[in-house]
Amino acid sequence: MTKILLIVFIISLLYFAIANRLMTYVKILALQGIILFGVAFIELIELNVVNLILILLETIIIKAITIPLFMRYIINKNNITREAEPFLPNSMSLIIVTLIIVVTFIISNAVNSFHIHKIYFVSALSALFCGLYFIISRRKIITHVICYVIIENGVFILSFAVGNEMPFLVNLGVLLDVFVSVFLLGIFINKVGDVTSDIDVSQLSNLKD
Amino acid sequence: MILLYLAGALSIGILTFLNRNRNLGRVLIGLFILLQWFFTIHSLLHRNTYQFSFFLPDALAIITLLVLSIISIPALLHSYDYIYGEHDSPRTRGMYYGAMMILIMALTAAYLSSHIAVTWIFIEITTLSASTLIFHRRKAGSVEATWKYIFVCSVSLTLVFIGILFLSIALGNVNETSLQYARLTELAPKLDTFWLKLSFVFIFTGYTAKLGLVPMFTAGIDAKDKAPTPCAALFSSVLLNVGFVGIFRFYSIVAHTSVHPWANYIIMAAALLSVFVATVYMFKLKNIKRMLAYSSIEHMGVLMIGLAAGGIGYYAAILHLVLHSFVKSSMFLQIGHLYKTYRSKEINEIGNYFQYNTAGGLFLLISFIAITAMPPSGLFVSELYIFKALLNGGYLYILIPMLILITMIIWAMGSGIFRMLFVPAGEKGKTEPVNHIETGMQYLLLAIIFYLGLNPPAGFVALINEAISGLMV
Repeated sequence: MTKILLIVFIISLLYFAIANRLMTYVKILALQGIILFGVAFIELIELNVVNLILILLETIIIKAITIPLFMRYIINKNNITREAEPFLPNSMSLIIVTLIIVVTFIISNAVNSFHIHKIYFVSALSALFCGLYFIISRRKIITHVICYVIIENGVFILSFAVGNEMPFLVNLGVLLDVFVSVFLLGIFINKVGDVTSDIDVSQLSNLKD
Repeated sequence: MILLYLAGALSIGILTFLNRNRNLGRVLIGLFILLQWFFTIHSLLHRNTYQFSFFLPDALAIITLLVLSIISIPALLHSYDYIYGEHDSPRTRGMYYGAMMILIMALTAAYLSSHIAVTWIFIEITTLSASTLIFHRRKAGSVEATWKYIFVCSVSLTLVFIGILFLSIALGNVNETSLQYARLTELAPKLDTFWLKLSFVFIFTGYTAKLGLVPMFTAGIDAKDKAPTPCAALFSSVLLNVGFVGIFRFYSIVAHTSVHPWANYIIMAAALLSVFVATVYMFKLKNIKRMLAYSSIEHMGVLMIGLAAGGIGYYAAILHLVLHSFVKSSMFLQIGHLYKTYRSKEINEIGNYFQYNTAGGLFLLISFIAITAMPPSGLFVSELYIFKALLNGGYLYILIPMLILITMIIWAMGSGIFRMLFVPAGEKGKTEPVNHIETGMQYLLLAIIFYLGLNPPAGFVALINEAISGLMV
């Protein structure tokens, strides 16, 4: 079951590469949040109540509901154009993302350590590298935040790949990290909108030497 | 005690954030300084005893905490003049001071933390509070700097977290989930070397965003340029130290394994590249704040080379860290006065500083001697030790390019600073008088450098030796 979920997760990355509209990105984020909850629930079925509530909070409440809603609110409020406007054509993105996934497969086979679950490792690394690739290939600031959340999702899966359960405190830290960075960035985007007319990374390139 | 401190600092921070009254604000700042010093002295008295099982005031924590507590006083007090001079609204004032207090609190906790994940969490909090401070001016430049800072630091800290996850894979065969530094050091020889290497690369790369070494240094430069000068003083000293603490604690684990020589090469490559990058940019720069920011990168590069060289280099690295904190923070505070006088940071628009502010001009001259590590300065001593460590270790191929680069940096900085001091400037508007108590504080900070370098007190030397004792295998 977890394998199917993780494969869907990887497919969502491929879909992200060819999606055109910002709202599709937001929906992909919500889908990934639900997938993460499924994985976490199956993996940690025997865990105690407090941890379960925390995982539930982290995945369903924040990753699948709050963040996508907040993103939608920002997109609507700032009248951001609906197109994602990537630097590269979507077909190129698709090829690159496929290559990334193939390379992570090869890497995880080469590593061949029995401490990690291979499929988790593959999906985590793919999410990480795809997130970084999406950041450099997209123009709008809001897509950068969305891609940052994808990277965080990859890290979340990686923490399962590790096998032994991370301490409670670490989980709390991750929660804080995602929550605060996304909201801070979101509030901040509103402020960027006040200063410059369109929210575009090319506007933010005056500071250089 | 640490919990009391965190709760106290947090509540003072929140009260300051909500406060709109000027006198109450003063009282709160005073209270915060008192609390910070009370906690510092408490940690000093209870050395090497665990607090709340996640915090351990060991020698390195004590050194960095003392530096923080000393620098936080002038930073908070300089802010007072800065904020009221700029006629900000009470709301932005509250935000500024609140964020600064939270930053100092998070730094304190990150220094003291004895658990790798706890360090990470508090460093994450420093990113958030620091970005509030950078955003203070709310102009196009500060928006851009804040955006870059938040984004680069968040991604870097994600890399650190991945590094921590890899570390727990490396622990896998030992069946140990505790990530306390002390426990990790004990287990170090048993760790899986492949995962340990991977984890070192990730953690090192991530923390370079705070320390200001090559892969991730860019965020810090814009931040120091666009932040108000008292904040820039904190960013270029105590915030760099937190990156150093993060790397140093992990490095002392690695030092007990067979990965140690490999880690040294990684650090040296990154550090030498940093010195090189700093040199290249120093020649191009026309903005004094950016020039000082790049000078921080150079110094961090030099001290990391010292750390990697080993031997007396360990001692020199920590000495250099402490001295650099004082000199760079005091210089940034003085740049605040310079900016007040000329309303400009461009070197070409500034001249004849002696004429307008004699004490400040003299300060810049002395601090130039201090920052470029010329003989009476304490940094001369630490750099000399680093060169000696490189010679002893047989790293001539590192030492020679580094010496050439440092010489070029001295020339570049000198041409900038002497221009500001002696060359007549064009037309200049009205001058604002500067606060001489503040200048006095800057001189005091500078005096510490000369004192610590030339005649280090025995207690201080013992502290540094204790801090590096973990590295001696």
